[in-house]
This record gives sequence, C-alpha cells and structure tokens, in this order.
Amino acid sequence: MLRPEAAVALKLSRRPLTTRPVRRGRGSALAYHETVQHKIIVSDSDLARIVDRISHQILEKTDGARDAVLLGIPTRGVPLARRLAARIEAFEGVRVPVGTLDVTLYRDDLRLRGARPIGPTDLPPDGIDGRRVILVDDVLFSGRTIRAALDALADLGRPRLVQLAVLVDRGHRELPIRADYVGKNIPTGLDESVRVKLAETDGTDEVRLTTQSGDAS
Amino acid sequence: MNPLRVRHLLSAADLDRAGATAVLDTATEMAAMAGREVKKLPTLRGRTVVNLFYEDSTRTRISFEAAAKRLSADVINFSAKGSSVSKGESLKDTALTLQAMGADAVVIRHPASGAPHRLAHWIDGTVINAGDGTHEHPTQALLDAYTMRSRHGQLEGLKVAIVGDVLHSRVARSNVHLLHTLGAHVTLVAPPTLLPLGIEAWPAQVSYDLDATLPGVDVVMMLRVQRERMSDSFFPSEREYARRYGLDADRARALAAHAIVMHPGPMNRGMEIAPEVADSTRSTIVEQVANGVSVRMAVLYLMLGGHK
Repeated sequence: MLRPEAAVALKLSRRPLTTRPVRRGRGSALAYHETVQHKIIVSDSDLARIVDRISHQILEKTDGARDAVLLGIPTRGVPLARRLAARIEAFEGVRVPVGTLDVTLYRDDLRLRGARPIGPTDLPPDGIDGRRVILVDDVLFSGRTIRAALDALADLGRPRLVQLAVLVDRGHRELPIRADYVGKNIPTGLDESVRVKLAETDGTDEVRLTTQSGDAS
Repeated sequence: MNPLRVRHLLSAADLDRAGATAVLDTATEMAAMAGREVKKLPTLRGRTVVNLFYEDSTRTRISFEAAAKRLSADVINFSAKGSSVSKGESLKDTALTLQAMGADAVVIRHPASGAPHRLAHWIDGTVINAGDGTHEHPTQALLDAYTMRSRHGQLEGLKVAIVGDVLHSRVARSNVHLLHTLGAHVTLVAPPTLLPLGIEAWPAQVSYDLDATLPGVDVVMMLRVQRERMSDSFFPSEREYARRYGLDADRARALAAHAIVMHPGPMNRGMEIAPEVADSTRSTIVEQVANGVSVRMAVLYLMLGGHK
C-alpha cells in the first residue's frame, strides 16, 4: 500500500536513493492528513554559481586538477561531473576526463529494496590507476551510496586518492563519510526530502526541499 | 517480487516484453564487466545457487556456474551421475534435500518435460529452467535474443528462420515464444515429420522449403538433430537430411550480406551445418557462449538480487 511493488519494478522513476528516506510500517500515508510544502532552496543561478565555486575549489585542492578524473554517480551525478569538467576547462584550460560509475551492484540495500535496473559504468580510456578520482553525486545523505562507490572503485583500479563532491549535503550520515566539496549544506529532518533537478535530466535547474507534515485526522 | 515479475523462470512465455528487455539491458552492463581486471561483483554474496543437472551439459552448466560465481554466490554443483539419484532417489526427495540446505535458487536440467514445474512446488527458492526434455530452455532463448540484438541493433521486425529438428527442440520452443514477445518474426523450417502437433497455434510461420526461406531472413538458427531423442525414423537418411535441410556453403551464399548464422550447440558438423559455415564470420556460435554468461548473470541478479 505504501510502496507498491510496481515502484520497485522497472518503470520506477530513477530518483537517487539519497533523496528519499525509506519509511516502513508506521506513518501510512492513508492514516494521516498530509500537507506537503515545497521550498526552492537553490535556484538555477545559484546552482551555476555553486558549480563554478566547486570547480575553483577542485583546481585549488588538486594542484590545478593534475591527474584528476571526475566520476559521476548516476543519475544526476553524471551531468554534474560533466558541468564541473566544462567549468574547469573554461577557467584553466585543463581537460579533466569524465566517467560514470554505477554502484547498483554494490549497494547494501538490494535485499531491502529489490533488484533494480543497473546503469552503465564508463571509465575514461586511461583508467583510474594512480589518478586523483573525484566522485560526484547530487545529494549526500546516509553515505551508503558513497560506500558502495568506494567498493566499486576498488574493483576497477587503484586511484592515488579519492575525493567526494556533492551538490547538497543534507546530513543524517549512517557511515563515517564526509564530502571534500559541498555545494550547499541543508539541515533537514528525516520527514523531508531533497529533490535535485538538472536541465539534462529534468529540464530545469533547481533544488527543492519538500516537507510533509502529517496530522492524524 | 523481482523486476521480472515471475518467481520462477520456467518458460520463455513467462516473460513479458518489459521483463525480457530488462534482462537484455542488464546483460549488456554485465558484459561490460567481463573486460575488467576484477571480474567479480559482491551482489549475491551469501546466496546459494544449486546447479541440478540430470542430463549432460557443457555450455549451460559451466555458464550458470561462472555467472553465479561472478556475482559472488555460493555454487553447489549436482549431477545425477555420482549422486544418490543413481541409487534411485526421486526428484522430490532430492528437492527436499536442497530445501533443507537452504538453496536460494535451483538451476535444473532434466530429461523429463515439466520437471522444473514440479520442483517449483516443492521448494521455496527460485527455480530456473535450464532445459527440460523437449519443452523449454528459456535462458538459451534469452542469450540468442541478446546475440541477435547485439548484431542487428534491435529485435523489432527482425526476420528469423529456425531450421531443423523443431519437434525435439526446447531451444526452438523457447525462442519462438521470446522472439514473438520481442516483436521478431519467426519462420520454422523443417521436414513435416520433425514438426510437433499443434504447430499452427505457435506464433510463427511454417515452411518445408529452406532454399525459399533463406534469402529473406536476417538470422538463421540451425538446430541440432537430436539423435538421442529419436525413437522413430523421422527422415530417410542423414545424407538426405543434410542435403535438404543442412546449411552448407552454397546455401550460405544465398543469405543476405548482413544475415547471421546461429547454433545453440553442440553441433553435428556436416549434418545440419557445414564446417566452413560454422567457422565463417557470419557465425555467432562462439559469441553465443560468451553472451550466455552475461545473460545468466542478468537473470540471477534480477531474480535473486532483491528480496524474496
């Protein structure tokens, strides 16, 4: 009732797990009268400035992006990684290789949430051995996606170092993981969800905070 | 329930278009992994897959074993030879033994059509049919569809001829169901004696004339003449069969330039397929074996990866 099986199945909209807290058991949508509030916390111009700032920080912290590789985590980490690479090239003329790292097969919640379609993993032709790998994702939440990504990286090669860039850090970490580059820290409650939209995947650039306050009716 | 929306994979007809496409798409990603240095994923860690083989098999058993191991599942191989089956143990008692050992999936090959269906009633785990008698072999059909898609780009509208011993062929039956689901057009070509009763009801055309069919197809799949299942005289002599229904070099020249030649193996070289055709660049026979591992990884992942 809460989560129809169909949502687990194929036609599921591939929203990043990190933005949607799993709620089981208590708190059925039907038992509560819900009011849903949306708030746009990052607009399109904010988002462009954030990407510019992170690009500068990457250049600063990685010696001018020397040996750097940007790996985007699907779905929205991938266009973010491409944008960062484009900005870095615009600022310093350095071409940073961009890849895609799908972590589905390394997740620890497959048993809970069911098998899901897997996406492509594309590494730059020169690989990641000895490189400074910067993982890029949209929202940092429990940290479990990043744990899976670190496991996946270990099977693909041996980077010299691994860093993490995220657009939004919404807190509620369940693992000792932190980001090296954060677009915006957004304190959230577990009943809130953060939804990142990007022009490439959703037609528009924004970050939206959705609050569902439920009163027992 | 898993994304395929079936608990067991017993027949290719169990899969709808979305499910079958999910297997092929997942297999594409699994195939990309075969080129990696570490060819192993942690996805099925702690799961047990039993290969229960009552009939001889090289390709299918090895490929299921490799697929399960690459996904980090524990694999138990069971072949009827050298087990208590040779002491007369029934399928049911063997099933209960596997149940007690906590098998998450049982991959079964059995000479009796319908054995996987029976097994599915006795155990809690997922049953995957790896060939039952003359009935079905769904993962073979999936890997054939995968091979056709990777060579031709798409399956919708593809013209496929399946040639030979359709009567005894579980590969043909599964392929007809799956290719129909995926939008390809199948023509079965065989002597009348090697076509099953009720063939009119299959979603396929039937022809007795190989030479008339070959020029118009994108794929020709040759079936093995199954001598071990032939209790009757279905054709006058092997030479006559080879002359009328064998794919020799002359016939291969009649094929369109882009057409591919498939065979599920093992081949009777010189009987249904000539050696020079089997080893030509049109032939996807070795490719099919490699694709088998990726497709079976996809099936195991999609059926076992999630919750039960």
